[in-house]
Amino acid sequence: MSDGATDATGGTGATGGTGATEVGVPAYPVASFDDPHLLPLAKNPRRAEAVVAVFLVLGILGVAAYGALYWVGGQTQWEGVFLGGGLFCIGFGLSAWGKYLLPQGPFVEQRHPMASPEEDRKAMTSAIVDRGGIVVKRRGFLGGLLGAGMGIFGVVAAFPLIRSLGPVPGKTLDRTNWRAGSRLVDFTGRPVSVHDLEVGGALTVFPEGYLDSEQDQAMDQTMLIRAGSADIVTRPGRETWGPEGYLAFSKVCTHAGCPVGLYEEQTQQLLCPCHQSLFDVLDGAVPVFGPAPRPLPQLPLVVDADGWLRAQSGYDQPVGPGFWERS
Amino acid sequence: MIDEGLRWMDDRLGISKGGRSFLDKIFPDHWSFLLGEIALYSFVVLVATGIFLTLYFVPSAQQIVYHGAYAPLRGTKVSEAYASTLNISFGVRSGLVIRQMHHWAADVFLGAIAVHMIRIFFTGAYRKPRELNWIVGVTLLTLGIVNGFLGYSLPDDLISGTGLRIAYSIILSIPLVGSYLAFFLFGGAFPGNGSIIPRMFILHVLILPVIIGGLIAAHLGLLVRQKHTQFPGKGRTEDNVVGSPMFPTFMAKTTGFLFMVTGVLWALGGLVQINPIWQFGPYVPYKISYAVQPDWYMGWLDGALRIMPSWEFTGFGHTIPLEIFLPAVLFPGLTFGLFYAWPFIEAKLTHDRAVHHLLDRPRDRPKRTAIGAAALAFYFVLFCASSTDVLANFFQVSLNIVLWSFRFLVFIVPIVAGLVTYRICLDMAGVPGIGKRKRALVVVRSAEGEYETIPSEPRPGDEHEELPPMPVPVAIEGEDDSEELETAGAGEGIRRVPRRP
Repeated sequence: MSDGATDATGGTGATGGTGATEVGVPAYPVASFDDPHLLPLAKNPRRAEAVVAVFLVLGILGVAAYGALYWVGGQTQWEGVFLGGGLFCIGFGLSAWGKYLLPQGPFVEQRHPMASPEEDRKAMTSAIVDRGGIVVKRRGFLGGLLGAGMGIFGVVAAFPLIRSLGPVPGKTLDRTNWRAGSRLVDFTGRPVSVHDLEVGGALTVFPEGYLDSEQDQAMDQTMLIRAGSADIVTRPGRETWGPEGYLAFSKVCTHAGCPVGLYEEQTQQLLCPCHQSLFDVLDGAVPVFGPAPRPLPQLPLVVDADGWLRAQSGYDQPVGPGFWERS
Repeated sequence: MIDEGLRWMDDRLGISKGGRSFLDKIFPDHWSFLLGEIALYSFVVLVATGIFLTLYFVPSAQQIVYHGAYAPLRGTKVSEAYASTLNISFGVRSGLVIRQMHHWAADVFLGAIAVHMIRIFFTGAYRKPRELNWIVGVTLLTLGIVNGFLGYSLPDDLISGTGLRIAYSIILSIPLVGSYLAFFLFGGAFPGNGSIIPRMFILHVLILPVIIGGLIAAHLGLLVRQKHTQFPGKGRTEDNVVGSPMFPTFMAKTTGFLFMVTGVLWALGGLVQINPIWQFGPYVPYKISYAVQPDWYMGWLDGALRIMPSWEFTGFGHTIPLEIFLPAVLFPGLTFGLFYAWPFIEAKLTHDRAVHHLLDRPRDRPKRTAIGAAALAFYFVLFCASSTDVLANFFQVSLNIVLWSFRFLVFIVPIVAGLVTYRICLDMAGVPGIGKRKRALVVVRSAEGEYETIPSEPRPGDEHEELPPMPVPVAIEGEDDSEELETAGAGEGIRRVPRRP
């Protein structure tokens, strides 16, 4: 029926297009051609047109210049100037055209309330509640089975989606590769001898044999500092940990895990550049400032018969930031 | 031609009625309504430049020896991700512009979202019936921040790698599940087994952009369905929308604006260096740089991390690193939770359940404006606190002083800002004609020595008096004389039909 009607209109349109249009016109708002709403906002449209033209021409030139520049090899800054400037000019011209040369309006449109009539709302609610209610009431057992199936699927789906992603932590976070007797090496793998550092010197060291993996580096990195032995505050139980003024602390900040990389010789402090935690090297690397909650763990050192620095043992606690399983 | 094509479509889809009312759709004009458009067009630029970048970027943590165009790093061991980012910057023509443009577009995208959201907040545009669109918007902000951080981390340079290390520690700080989550995400202890870069890549280039794109479509769909809000003014009521029609006026202006935004971003990409990763070097777990700040939209979180006191909780065989968990997990959670809930909180407090299409002037809602100003001040202080080291250097004071100042300022500044704003709003409410353009009063002395005040000459634009709004005409009546129409300066874009007798 409606197809036929459309065809009929189309047919009329083909024979006498204007007639059909004119019949349709009164249904829609019509404006008189001298209606001020239709005048452009620009007081002098000719001038506005000229300005738009200038910007469009500038835009064309800019874009074309970029094309030429690309062809001859490109240059970052000029590319930015040409294409950026060109696109901006085209955009500015087009916007100005829209603002100053098109009908100034303003035009109005009516809003219609979002809310449906009360009848429709009730019908909608009853469609869901009543129809759905019937289903559940009659076949509660099936519904329960379906729910159980979905629930189990939800849990099981988490296995491949989440559990496969990585290993469980286990004791990984509690241990480093430092063992009793581990020789200290620098980042090139060269062992560190007791003569290598002057007083006030600092070096990042790793346990020998664990330089290849970034994961190992991230956990094991240790700051070796040679402090003047006279000033060191020795904590009970750590009397032998710093031979010849050598002190070694975990380089992993106890706050957010950044490398505590800035050693200030004058004040004998280690600074973490991420969040400005400050650790006192001479006093067991206790945090003296900033958000770090704990001292940097200290690695007990020993000098072996050949003068190489070695670890007496591993760290006595997990290195780095806190986590739930840390006791 | 066009007529035939439209008929062909209409026979099959029946598009004429809906299509025409869409072309007639009215968009209110106000400069502040452009802020959301900046975000939209930045997103367009992000997608376009992002597609370009994926053609060259290699999302792999595989270590290789660099042999590319950037001489100072030749022979260094770097990841393929880092090497390919260097290649985009130095080996691909226009690559550096587009890479920097992508980074700038991300910063502008989130900046525009933030400013747009501020506009929505202060004008009360989130009130009924637009709470849903507010929720979509807050989700867009959240996902935008997450995706910005992921993209920032992809090149695997020293600075972004350090940021990732912090992100890992933040995940680690979550009680009970933290270490499991962190190990699953990274594929083991930091930096993991090399899977974090491909994982971030697929999130950054596919999963999150698709969600963001879908939400933007929903955001605009809701806007079309509910129609735009408008400021009160001549002929503007709760029951209408006054402005420019979709076609051609709004279309011309907004397409022009798309080009302008793209042009500015391209120019930024070419002229203003951003994230020069070749200066930072590749990520090495035991190296660190100084005076490092994240991208601006992460600043408030970084600042919160810096000024938080060291309150680690230990007991019962467990550790809760509150100094990280509170500022970096709970605090952003609360922030976005509050954002989501705000329209409902306000409705609850004001008992205002009416439908609103007319926007508030901020000064007319002193309490809301004061709360907004206080919140802005709060986040701004946190943002500044992410530069404690830079500020200490700049002002030549100790870090200690800067840090403690921020610990107090973060509470004091918002309170002061809120109270001052409240007072200003009340004062403005009492002044008639405020916000309108005032004529200056000129004091003139006559020849007799008498003084009098007269209003100054009208300034440009003062005389422009807006007409009462009219419906969009489908046709114009007039003599079919294009010459005359031209001289009358009639607007374009509206079909002319002969005046009926």
